[in-house]
Amino acid sequence: MLKRYLMAASGCLFALILNAQEQSQEGQLHGNFQIDAQSYTEDSTIGASKVPENVLMNAYANFVYTKGGFTAGIRYEAFLNTLLGYDARYNGQGIPHKYASYTKDGYEFTAGSFYEQFGSGIVLRAYEEKTLGVDNAINGFRIKASPLKGVYLKALAGKQRYFFDLGQGIVRAADAEINLNEAINKLSALSTMITIGGSFVSKYQTDKDPVYKLPENVGAWSYRLNLQNGGFSLMSEYAYKINDPNGDNNYIYKEGQAILLNTSWSSKGFGVLLAAKWLDNMSFRSDRNASLMNLNINYLPAINKPYTWAMSNMYPFSTQQNGEFGLQGEVMYKLKKETPLGGKYGTNLTLGYCRVSSIEKAKLNDTISIAESGTLGYKTDFMSMGNDLFYEEVSFEINRKLSQKLILNILYQNITYNYDVLRGMTGHGKVYANVGIADLTWRITKNKAIRFEQEYLFTKQDLGNWVMYLVEYSVAPKWFVTFWDQYNMGGEHSDAVNYPTGSLTYVHEGTRFQLGYGRQREGVICVGGVCRNVPASNGFIFSVSSTF
Amino acid sequence: MKILLVSVMIAICGILNAQNATIPSVTVKTVDGKSFSTDSIKNNGKPIVISFWATWCKPCIMELSAIAENYETWQKETGVVLYAVSIDDSKTMSRVAPFINSKGWEYVVLLDPNGDFKRALNVINVPHTFLVDGNGKIIDQHTSFAQGDEEQLYEKIKECVKSE
Repeated sequence: MLKRYLMAASGCLFALILNAQEQSQEGQLHGNFQIDAQSYTEDSTIGASKVPENVLMNAYANFVYTKGGFTAGIRYEAFLNTLLGYDARYNGQGIPHKYASYTKDGYEFTAGSFYEQFGSGIVLRAYEEKTLGVDNAINGFRIKASPLKGVYLKALAGKQRYFFDLGQGIVRAADAEINLNEAINKLSALSTMITIGGSFVSKYQTDKDPVYKLPENVGAWSYRLNLQNGGFSLMSEYAYKINDPNGDNNYIYKEGQAILLNTSWSSKGFGVLLAAKWLDNMSFRSDRNASLMNLNINYLPAINKPYTWAMSNMYPFSTQQNGEFGLQGEVMYKLKKETPLGGKYGTNLTLGYCRVSSIEKAKLNDTISIAESGTLGYKTDFMSMGNDLFYEEVSFEINRKLSQKLILNILYQNITYNYDVLRGMTGHGKVYANVGIADLTWRITKNKAIRFEQEYLFTKQDLGNWVMYLVEYSVAPKWFVTFWDQYNMGGEHSDAVNYPTGSLTYVHEGTRFQLGYGRQREGVICVGGVCRNVPASNGFIFSVSSTF
Repeated sequence: MKILLVSVMIAICGILNAQNATIPSVTVKTVDGKSFSTDSIKNNGKPIVISFWATWCKPCIMELSAIAENYETWQKETGVVLYAVSIDDSKTMSRVAPFINSKGWEYVVLLDPNGDFKRALNVINVPHTFLVDGNGKIIDQHTSFAQGDEEQLYEKIKECVKSE
């Protein structure tokens, strides 16, 4: 049945392609692919296990055809079988992503699978992050229109991707955004750029619950205002969701709310940023029983600053959708070049702070405990702050070019990490960690360089202290040879363990091959600030990706 | 199986055809919040560099910093313009403006918070840099960054100007 459906779909696609040939512009075919394979060997020291398949593999390929305003694409995916650390429900292969769209005169029509974001995403964001196994694409129809200058409208309906299938719930949504300076002639000369927007999202899922009478239609809406004048900018969005008993909030009949405020001011060589986020009960999925990264309709951005260094990601923050209050501030400053402090080439300094805590939740009455299933849950005041600290971080970064040949990056972080809340466990308490990182690039010749990283993480809790060394030799534009070793000095409860890894990378234009071998520690991998857990492993890693 | 075969065929066509690729049309945002169609990426017949980056991506910052040192010379000699497309999502998007200002970068910066432009150009990881000639054709691309890549890129920009 599925096969027949796929054949029909691809037939339809080609008919469309052939039809599109009649237009004047030349058609183009392009795409990309990626294959990640890993072998798994037993390694009892780090708790890595063997897999019966010996080798596991995740792969996909996108093929996109465009001609004039017409675009059609498919993505083939294969998980043979799924790499450890990803949801095993991905096992198998197929074409889960297929679409066609047509654009003309400010109108765009899409049928099939698509990604979308309204405003900052707090009521709707369909997106993909392959390395994390996130893909909540909507499958259905979407219309985008710009009927007037500065006015942008979107409407969509569909079901979300759920592994190689679709989720139960239906998502219907609309969004309007108006740039007042473009839309209203009188405001075109105004030095302040004003953009306003609003979204409405509704999901439908049947109620088959034997105990509770659950709302089958759940609506959420948001308003946003963005202002910009010279170096000043304000981005704000407020969202509201009606009662939506679900697996994340323990089936309470309480409404949800969220507000995001981001403001910044900058001029050449100086930038300052302040952000605040308050949210309560904002989990919003197209299946009320879904969990993990599945079937999220909205996206609640985390407020901390992400880094690419390994030790900085040892204790990463992630958004607490049942309630959190976050504050963030950052100052960036460039010491001018040719000054005593700035040195010959200038120096960038960054000072950052962020703090996320719980929100105040009060019992409804003496007999109902907080967030008790089937009740209104609890009482909370808008913008209230609770007593539980989830995460706090002070960071200081220096980026300086020492000479024509040497570039130095230094980072210091002081982190307080609420292990129990952020990993959903009990009995671990909080982790207090100090992280120090030095990253030095030595440019030996025009195209050859060596990069050294030294990273330290000091903590008395959890696994204790860590140290990491990395050496990378690169020959532009093709070769990287990298060796790194993470060493856990051990603590009261654990022995010292070494995690050495080596890798060889070859790059040719848009194609990249990587072969690596070594130990990977159990923990969290973060890409672009979204994180997933990976188990400990030992073995070969082979990866190839290409854009064509 | 048939689909796989067809897919492979498309892939082969795609590779053969790739030489002709032009900049796809997608709506992104400018740093001041306006919608911007990527159709408008033009430079009066002079070459264009499109570089995908993010504020959290260290090699991207190394690359854009390395180019920034000589960008003025590049512009004078070849007339090239660099579009730095940030893929920071709503988590870090508000860092982009203060970040580029504090670095003192003179690039045209675009925001692609949900990866629409990134997907349209089939970018897998950042950094990923495209070179577009004066006729709007993508003539070269490079993924990842090693010290010295920026000089290779400049050689290609100069070749591109010479051949026109």
